[in-house]
Amino acid sequence: MDDTARLLQSTATRLFQDHFPPAALAEAERGTWPAAAWAAVEEAGLHHAMVPEHGVAVPDALALLRVAGEHAVPLPLTETMLATWLLAGAGLPIPDGPLTVASGDVALVREGGGWRLAGLASRVPWGRHAAAVAVLAGGLVALAEKGGWTAEHGANMALEPRDDLRFDVVVDAVAPAGDGGLRAVGAAMRSLQIAGALLRVTAMTTRYAQDRVQFGRPIGKFQAIQQYIATMAAQTAAAVAAADLAAEAVADGVRVLPIAAAKARTGEAASLVAGLAHQVHGAIGFTYEHALHFSTKRLWSWRDEFGSEAEWNAVLGRHIAGAGAVRLWEELTAW
Amino acid sequence: MEALSYAPPPPSPEAEALRTEVRAFMAAELAHRTPLARAESWTGFDPAFSRKMGERGWIGMTWPRPYGGHERSALERYVVLEEALAAGAPVSAHWIADRQSGPSILRHGSEAQKQSILPRIAAGQCFFCIGMSEPDSGSDLASVRTRATPVQGGYLVNGTKLWTSHAHHAHYMILFCRTGGAEGDRHAGTSQFLVDLSLPGIRIRPVLALTGEHHFNEVVFEDFFLPETALLGREGEGWSQVTGELAFERSGPERFLSSFQLLVELVRALGPEPSERGAIAIGRLTAHILTLRRLSRSVAGMLQNGENPALQAALVKDLGALLEQEIPEIARQLIAAEPTTQSTQDFSAVLAYTIMHAPSFSLRGGTREILRGMVARGLGLR
Repeated sequence: MDDTARLLQSTATRLFQDHFPPAALAEAERGTWPAAAWAAVEEAGLHHAMVPEHGVAVPDALALLRVAGEHAVPLPLTETMLATWLLAGAGLPIPDGPLTVASGDVALVREGGGWRLAGLASRVPWGRHAAAVAVLAGGLVALAEKGGWTAEHGANMALEPRDDLRFDVVVDAVAPAGDGGLRAVGAAMRSLQIAGALLRVTAMTTRYAQDRVQFGRPIGKFQAIQQYIATMAAQTAAAVAAADLAAEAVADGVRVLPIAAAKARTGEAASLVAGLAHQVHGAIGFTYEHALHFSTKRLWSWRDEFGSEAEWNAVLGRHIAGAGAVRLWEELTAW
Repeated sequence: MEALSYAPPPPSPEAEALRTEVRAFMAAELAHRTPLARAESWTGFDPAFSRKMGERGWIGMTWPRPYGGHERSALERYVVLEEALAAGAPVSAHWIADRQSGPSILRHGSEAQKQSILPRIAAGQCFFCIGMSEPDSGSDLASVRTRATPVQGGYLVNGTKLWTSHAHHAHYMILFCRTGGAEGDRHAGTSQFLVDLSLPGIRIRPVLALTGEHHFNEVVFEDFFLPETALLGREGEGWSQVTGELAFERSGPERFLSSFQLLVELVRALGPEPSERGAIAIGRLTAHILTLRRLSRSVAGMLQNGENPALQAALVKDLGALLEQEIPEIARQLIAAEPTTQSTQDFSAVLAYTIMHAPSFSLRGGTREILRGMVARGLGLR
């Protein structure tokens, strides 16, 4: 990692640490938009790290999402970066403010000098707070500004907004989508967030095992606990490595297969680690008051967003099966 | 949690160029090797094959040239290892010597020992076995009882070593034993020795695996004389020397490719258009291998940098053994077969072989429980 990237990482880390102690995460769950935090994100330019003109290497931009995942950041950082990627790829302007991406039962039809964008996009991340939405419909990207949709509120388990947006508006910023799959890039980004959350959960669990005393000693002295935490560490290391593969794959023209492997592997790690974390934390970790749930609810949510393990494993498996046994090793060493 | 985030493996175009060459060699040399034989992976013993690899400069690759090495990078070495394993090459004769005995001699040996032995290892002509475990000392290596008592001109060794894979074929053993030390200090007073197995007075008895195969041995020393020149490194420094040796290559590709031939046969058996179940299973195993390879190569990069990634290596071995043991269980759920190594069906034969060897994957080279204890210690829990 070079100095610019390191600086970006440390800026993000400090920003998230300052703005999102557990009380702020609880506040976000109650529906408060973290305006000051988002303003700080915009001032630091984090949300535009994927914009080509900003000169940040793609893997370094994506690495910010691991930091965001680690701090359970209740902001559409991933979604804004995904939107800027989609808009830049289509040669469309990139507006200020929090952005998100929508696709679904939506159509773009020529009307007058512009296009009518109409239909329903389900579970759009952070839709209700978006200043604008990049909508993907039939190979075209449209930029819809606030006012161009009505929102029905929804959420994932971490109470991050997942809103149904109904569009019915004439837009003029429409262009063909660039190469590369939206779902794959979104999956890569969620993989990085998951990796960050896993680092946080494993660190919390290790600390808890050192602090919690029962039977006259820290519970981390018991072999059963040590074996659980060692398992968590191994799964976390695997997830971090897989997410790195995904980031490199996005940078390299969005190579889908390593991204598929990463989303599947991080999802599997998330499942194992969340369970073990709660087991080690005991009853106290099951309370709202303890901060563990802010991270585990995200693990449980993110593993099913932009494609579950089953979906991406099937993509990868069909490719490998199609290549055949004789070419298996070649495939495994190709990326 | 910095220990859980590994730097990417450094790009290595030389390694990729080497890959083409090694892959072609393996394809040519092993064209007629059956899937069952390939499944033996790195336990297949073939002195002639080892010599050929030595001739190509593929043993002792990272060692200094004055000792017969080739001063190539850890990542280039990694390519040779993984291409050999993927092809199911019979590399076991030189494997231990290349992986740990040679590096140990390089680190601790006298000039005479280095000059005498290392070039022969690199030539693929000198084979080693490991003299660490005993009947009463497995995971608890510090409890060894084999003792080398100083006598005129050397030592008299008494004791028994167990497991010692290929002792019946090897030229040398690196023996870990007591040489002194105060009662009650288990780590002090141990040393390592280079034991020439051609010397008289060593009894080697086969210990058959549950498959009936002979790889393991019991090696008995009874008043066996070792000259002073056999001491490896410093007397009394055995424990730190041996723990350094154990850290080598816990993270290598052999730690997650032991069941690879079965995966090949599974992909073959499922055909180009598998069911959804089959596709998901293959995809998942692929995702695991890609991830492990990434971790393993990152560790190779750390070794290249002169780091000592003991924690990272333990994590890779833990994950690798889990994957290796899972593959036969997944395979049999997808393809109906009554596995037997006598089958003419490759899938059935390789499945049987892998099932029966699977228990050893989480035992050899450090048991799962010990490795996880090491990780826990590295995280500050012990």
